[in-house]
Amino acid sequence: MSAAEVWALAPYLALAGGIALLLLAVAALRSHRLAFWGAIATLAIPLAFVPTVLGGGTQIVDTVLEIDGYALFFFVLFSLAAIATAVLSARYLGSRATHRQEFYLLLTTATLGAAVTAGASHFATFLMGLEVLSISLYAMIAYPEEGHPPLEAAAKYLVLSGAASSTMLFGMALIYAASGSLAFEAAGDIAAGEHNVLVLGQAMLLVGVFFKLSLVPFHMWTPDVYQGAPAPVTGFVATVSKGAVFAVLLRYAIDADLLSSPAVGIVVAVIAVLSMVVGNILALLQTNLKRLLAYSSIAHLGYLMIALVVAGTAAGQALGVESGLFYVAGYFLMTLAAFGVITVLSNETEDADQISGYDGLLWRRPVVAAVLAAAALALAGIPLTVGFFAKFYLVAAGVGNAAWGLVWALIVGSAIGIYYYLRIVFAMTKRPDDDRPEGGRRVPWEGFVTVALLGLLIILLGLHPSPFIEFVRELGGP
Amino acid sequence: MILFVVILALLAAGVVAWASERLSKDAPRLVSIMAFGAGLVWSAALWLDGADANGLYAAMDWPWIARFGIHLALEMDGLSLLMVALTMFLGIVAVVSSWDEIEAAHGFFQFNILWVMAGVVGVFTAMDLLLFFFFWEVMLIPMYLLIAIWGHEEKAYASMKFFLFTQISGLLMLFAILALVYVHHGATGEITFSYKALLDAEIDPRIAIWLMLGFFVAFATKLPSVPVHTWLPDAHTQAPTAGSVILAGILLKTGAYGIIRFAVPLFPEASADFAIWAMLLGTVSILYGGAMAFSQSDFKRLVAYSSIAHMGFILLGVYAFNELGMQGAIVTMVAHGFSTAALFMMAGAIQQRLHTREMGQMGGLWKHAPRMGTMTLFFVIASVGMPGLGNFVGEFLALLGAFQENWVMAVVATAGIVVAAVYGLYLMQRSFQGTPNPDVASMRDFGLREMSVMAAMMAGLVWVGVYPQHVLELSNATIQTLGILP
Repeated sequence: MSAAEVWALAPYLALAGGIALLLLAVAALRSHRLAFWGAIATLAIPLAFVPTVLGGGTQIVDTVLEIDGYALFFFVLFSLAAIATAVLSARYLGSRATHRQEFYLLLTTATLGAAVTAGASHFATFLMGLEVLSISLYAMIAYPEEGHPPLEAAAKYLVLSGAASSTMLFGMALIYAASGSLAFEAAGDIAAGEHNVLVLGQAMLLVGVFFKLSLVPFHMWTPDVYQGAPAPVTGFVATVSKGAVFAVLLRYAIDADLLSSPAVGIVVAVIAVLSMVVGNILALLQTNLKRLLAYSSIAHLGYLMIALVVAGTAAGQALGVESGLFYVAGYFLMTLAAFGVITVLSNETEDADQISGYDGLLWRRPVVAAVLAAAALALAGIPLTVGFFAKFYLVAAGVGNAAWGLVWALIVGSAIGIYYYLRIVFAMTKRPDDDRPEGGRRVPWEGFVTVALLGLLIILLGLHPSPFIEFVRELGGP
Repeated sequence: MILFVVILALLAAGVVAWASERLSKDAPRLVSIMAFGAGLVWSAALWLDGADANGLYAAMDWPWIARFGIHLALEMDGLSLLMVALTMFLGIVAVVSSWDEIEAAHGFFQFNILWVMAGVVGVFTAMDLLLFFFFWEVMLIPMYLLIAIWGHEEKAYASMKFFLFTQISGLLMLFAILALVYVHHGATGEITFSYKALLDAEIDPRIAIWLMLGFFVAFATKLPSVPVHTWLPDAHTQAPTAGSVILAGILLKTGAYGIIRFAVPLFPEASADFAIWAMLLGTVSILYGGAMAFSQSDFKRLVAYSSIAHMGFILLGVYAFNELGMQGAIVTMVAHGFSTAALFMMAGAIQQRLHTREMGQMGGLWKHAPRMGTMTLFFVIASVGMPGLGNFVGEFLALLGAFQENWVMAVVATAGIVVAAVYGLYLMQRSFQGTPNPDVASMRDFGLREMSVMAAMMAGLVWVGVYPQHVLELSNATIQTLGILP
């Protein structure tokens, strides 16, 4: 391993080192303040290394990690999302758990796992990163001590996610059997003779990946887990865990030339269309905001598959990756903002997850309501928000590569989606008919600042996306 | 540059109006009136100043999203100027018309009005297709909120229907825009959303007809034309008065503007092939809107259906593909803006006073409120198409143009004017004349504030009716540069 490779690992090493220190600190001294600020520092300090590492160009560390602009983009995105989650969780968990210190440990570990997954160019790092992420998530979901739903959600996620991981592992084994190597690229230049084993392996790998991305028909766990998990953790599951899996899927698809097989291309397209349609239709029926966002996330991951399909073609690779990165960033903002609002409005014991509970919010808490409205409109893809340009990017990529069916499905899906996103906005604008008691506690200031910032970014990127687009373009693909 | 500043100023005025709510309940609407007043003075100044050699009153072009060749390109020619001036004027009318109606959240109400209008000014001046779509959507959300928050009993249903119709048809247009850009990119290798560049795009006629339909459906929904009109009666009836004034006066005109500026010039051949169907839709809208208006018992709903009929003349005029028809359509846009805004304002005022829109519970109102009666009579007669007032000029020219193209349809559509006379006089009869309703003990008449706005609209109609030359000159400059006439 050369010095340049070690230096390229600096952000990852700093994160891992921070976690070790945090572990020792939590073991020695049970202080929430120390654990919280320790976690923030652990997540923030590695970011300082990113610009220099980015300047050093792509480094492939021992064939297992490919540290390029793409990997670092996700590294930064995951770290920032984790910081937002930490800030939102601090007070939320205060009334739900006696000890909150270990939560930060789990959160940082999950972030490390996600970051490694996004940089993986080899099945060993792929699996390791994903498992570090998933195992941390089980515990994070079950973290609140009181109440049945978190435990149920965690158990469900544990069993199903474990099954998906083993399917994936079997798929990797088959791919290894066909190609003789665990590196992603090996599957790309495989001889035609062992074709069937490879296709079977890739199919099993995709089943596992689609499960983690909660695409139809592997989406059954999503609403229950979203509903049962504590609100800030749901936000984290919806963004970081899906972002990591998408990142590695896109890299694998490009390295291994996954979509060159027409069968795989058709399967991915069908699953994308199903997710867009089924996710949006089932979301129409929800009265629980967390479940609604669960179905909406199914649809959004379906949209995101357009980026994968386009990136899988030789001509559309650059545009596909660009649109994928932009979409993921936008999706992170909108989803974190929505779950952030749920978190700050939740009281000591219950999550604010009934849509009827949002009646008249605009008149009680205008800023928080405006953030949720911005997030909902962004998810619906209305201009002035980042959601519009995110969808626009996907449609442009799809149209540019003549993926007409997928583009049409996106348009139909968005049209259905408007209805349920608007229901949230409409509920919030209802005038209070009587002088209802000022429900709920005060909104904690740090949560307020976080959601306000997220809302501001949603609007800012919706008005002037150009600098960010240029930034994403310069990063280049995996 | 100035155009962008004006749009930003309206947006900023919205924020100021919202914030000024703390000072007093009058502050937000004063901010609104001043903003629209300044805008009106500004457009008048531009008009008096005259156009430059290219027929433009103002223009700007900044890069916005370089990745896709999207520009912040705004231009104001004769048609745009006419529409922007109408927007500013009706902004004032809208604020005044809801003076007593709004009881809560004055600041946010004015914020929404100003933001709708900012979006509308953008729509009327955008010279980049994506920018146009952007503004098209910007005006949608505040309008939705106006109906959803301050609307009447069925507001949830009406606002959702309005949003879904507009948004879904808008998505079709977005798809058509992207496909057009893609086709142009395939031919020239350049990605651009510039209106002027895309005017020259060479499109396979088999594709062009579908893309044209993508635009047409979006604009016909907004206009609205049969069969995508069903959102309009609900939205207009349920909206607060200011909302109805803006919807009928301005937002419907964005549909007409879109057809004239985008759907036809971008796809001239496809539009020519489609013209007969569009004229048919226009004729059906005229007759259907008229028949439906006649069968309403709700004052506001009647006026709403009459709008569908009037908008039919615009389709008829534009797709006649001659100068007369096009001129007629544009004059109708302006005249209908005045007359329908006034009638909606009247409907709002009556509802405010009697707490009903049912004409069965009116009757003989003239006795209590002679000034309101006079005004209603004037605007009913105008909207019926009385010579000497603006609507007559517009509809007459549109019919004349249509006659040259297809005399059968022109003749059938002319019957619509007769229908208009029937439902217009019926409206007058049931509400202000006839036996006084014993349940109505008294009714406050219009005061100075309402009368001055009404007087301004009357002046506008007389101006357009007696001396249409000003409007015709402005619109003619645009029609010639669009280059769509044979």
